[in-house]
Amino acid sequence: MAATAIERLHRRSLGIRRALGPIAEARGMARGMLWTGAGITLVFVLLAIFAPVLSPYGFDQYQAGGRRFAQLAHPGHGHILGTTVQSTDVLSRIVWGTQTELEVVGLALAFGLVIGVPLGLIAGYFGGLFDRAAVLFMDAMFAFPPLLLAIVIAFLLGSSVSSGVLVAALAITITYVPQYFRVVRNHVISVREEPYVEAARALGAKPFTILRKYVFFNVVQNVPVIATLNAADAVLTLTALGFLGYGVQPTQGAEWGYDVSRAVSDAASGIWWTGLFPGLAIVLLVTGLTLVGEGLNETINPVLRKRSIRRVDFAAPSLEPSTEILEP
Amino acid sequence: MSGNGEVLVKVDGLKTYYSIRGSFLDRLVGRTGAAVRAVDDVSLELRKGEVLGLVGESGSGKTTLGRTLLGLVPATDGSVEFEGREITRLSEHDRRLMRRRMQIVFQDPHASLNPAMTIAQAVGHPLEIHGLAKGREEVRLRVADVLERVGLAPAEQYLDKYPSDLSGGQKQRAVIARAIILNPVLLVADEPVSMLDMSVRAKILELMLALKHDFDLTYLYITHDLATAKFFCDRIAIMYLGRIVEIGPSEAIYEDPKHPYTQALLRAIPEPDPRRTIPRDLPRGEVPDAARPPLGCSFHPRCPKAFEVCGWESRDLKELLERRWAGMEEAGFEDEQASVGSLEPLDDPATHARMPGGAVKAILDEARAEDPAEPFWTGVRRIESADGHVEIDWHEPVAPRLLPSGQVEVECHLYDEEALAEAEKRRRSGIPR
Repeated sequence: MAATAIERLHRRSLGIRRALGPIAEARGMARGMLWTGAGITLVFVLLAIFAPVLSPYGFDQYQAGGRRFAQLAHPGHGHILGTTVQSTDVLSRIVWGTQTELEVVGLALAFGLVIGVPLGLIAGYFGGLFDRAAVLFMDAMFAFPPLLLAIVIAFLLGSSVSSGVLVAALAITITYVPQYFRVVRNHVISVREEPYVEAARALGAKPFTILRKYVFFNVVQNVPVIATLNAADAVLTLTALGFLGYGVQPTQGAEWGYDVSRAVSDAASGIWWTGLFPGLAIVLLVTGLTLVGEGLNETINPVLRKRSIRRVDFAAPSLEPSTEILEP
Repeated sequence: MSGNGEVLVKVDGLKTYYSIRGSFLDRLVGRTGAAVRAVDDVSLELRKGEVLGLVGESGSGKTTLGRTLLGLVPATDGSVEFEGREITRLSEHDRRLMRRRMQIVFQDPHASLNPAMTIAQAVGHPLEIHGLAKGREEVRLRVADVLERVGLAPAEQYLDKYPSDLSGGQKQRAVIARAIILNPVLLVADEPVSMLDMSVRAKILELMLALKHDFDLTYLYITHDLATAKFFCDRIAIMYLGRIVEIGPSEAIYEDPKHPYTQALLRAIPEPDPRRTIPRDLPRGEVPDAARPPLGCSFHPRCPKAFEVCGWESRDLKELLERRWAGMEEAGFEDEQASVGSLEPLDDPATHARMPGGAVKAILDEARAEDPAEPFWTGVRRIESADGHVEIDWHEPVAPRLLPSGQVEVECHLYDEEALAEAEKRRRSGIPR
């Protein structure tokens, strides 16, 4: 059986294609949510990546060619979304702000996954004293309101870590680690008792081999769902931190929450653009990420997943099967 | 008999107890709860090349015995010698090496394959674990080989399938393939066909017999189905509540079952001819709680032939009264229950009971008069009323022993001369009522 390179590649990609299968098969409501959410999120990702090109000015730029911008200028007239009381361009702050938001959320997710998932795997599989201690610690973390915890962490780290993005990311990470930990650990505990895990032990596999090859893949399916839903939540936490003045500092980058907090006093005097546009950006990004999360949940979670039945029309002369969908 | 006499596995006095956690308070103060005696002092030998059937009801400990043999569950006490080497207390490393020599096939083929692995990965993984093949291509070749051997041919059609793409029978074939790819000498088959369709069962069993012949395997075949065991096994061990009650060559057990429990099990095999009704008289009641097994012989509460020394005790009296009340009119039941009072004190196993109220003796006398053949009464040594109480004493239990009887070994007082003599002695010296 001489396998060509293409054959081998084909085989290698089998697992990935299987994992993505349900997403391609998603139908109806779930499909709509998933793709709408993905579209919105993609727009923000592109904004963040191409911020230097797309943004007319820098995030803290208040003058161009030696001439200071007008304060609180109306939308239109050189500044499409107007300017703020500090003469900065609202559109530029939103575009650069996208970069900050996604950086922080991305880092927070990565940290959360890297810490929470392995801890959950180990605690769930081996149990014992480590498990007890970890569960107690994580439950204690749950007892705090997430925002309060994030503020405390941001406050503590603010003096020692210079990067505002990193501080905010760490503060948010700590509030989400317990969630990953808990979901993964509890799922591991149920998978641990499956006969195929016992079979792996009977085959002589080492504990970490069993964790990697038998437990991990059967446990992680839920993680993308929590991760995307958490991402939406993380945007809210980050903007709340910014609003309260504990997030990314104004000198370090544009941040929507900070902009909204500055716009509070404008609103009373009828200046709506400084608050509305950053606020809309927050709502849109959170909606986009939530839609992805909920859509994923409905396609991946077998309890919620609806299987579509395709009617195959044998009478039709064409070889193409018709793809009418029947609701089960 | 295909066993050639060389002993492969020697189990001696093996015990596996599961501790059950008590209440929250028990745990708080560090009190250890009771233990379920899943395997309670089992000794047996498995000769090379034979098929030993381990038969029993659910909860008899047969699966736990199989798992303890493989070291998947730690043994509480006793020893297991495999190829002349004691293996219950091996280090993790040595045990992993031992795994190459002994494998297991589980009951549920749908759950014993990792849903995230293809058949090629799952069946080939043992080779990778033990470093027995070089490179993916060699693993793949050997997997294809073994798949064809277990009847999944052409192998190319199955290699890249996921377990969810296969039927139950195909999955079980893949599980068997995974078990034999390491060339083991011992295969523990834990009810390998009980979850399969009738049409597939015989095929899987035939495959297992063919593999046994080709690979020189020894089987420990765990089942609750005496009908397949008859067809499949050289020797059969009947388990009840963690103990082996009868063990011997299959033909001997089928032709002349000695233990009352074996006799009952054999009578329970369905008869395919609906016009022929055979007397079933299946054992009454349920399998007792293995955390608090009956005194003496575990089977005595359900045994139609139990007598003086079998271990009659307070809990049997409770059961007798409950059985009596279940068949009574409501008024009579309420009267009797009121005069007997709570049965809870009888829950503590003892050969002596003291019950309040003089009416109890009358009730017991009436029960005895109604059914004098009930074996329970052989165990009662004395019933006496004294100052408003009734004192009941039972004969002291004698622990049954696994003794040779004809071609088989059986653990029953009916075949134990000493126990019979003891019973006779007690019968004669018993105070006449």
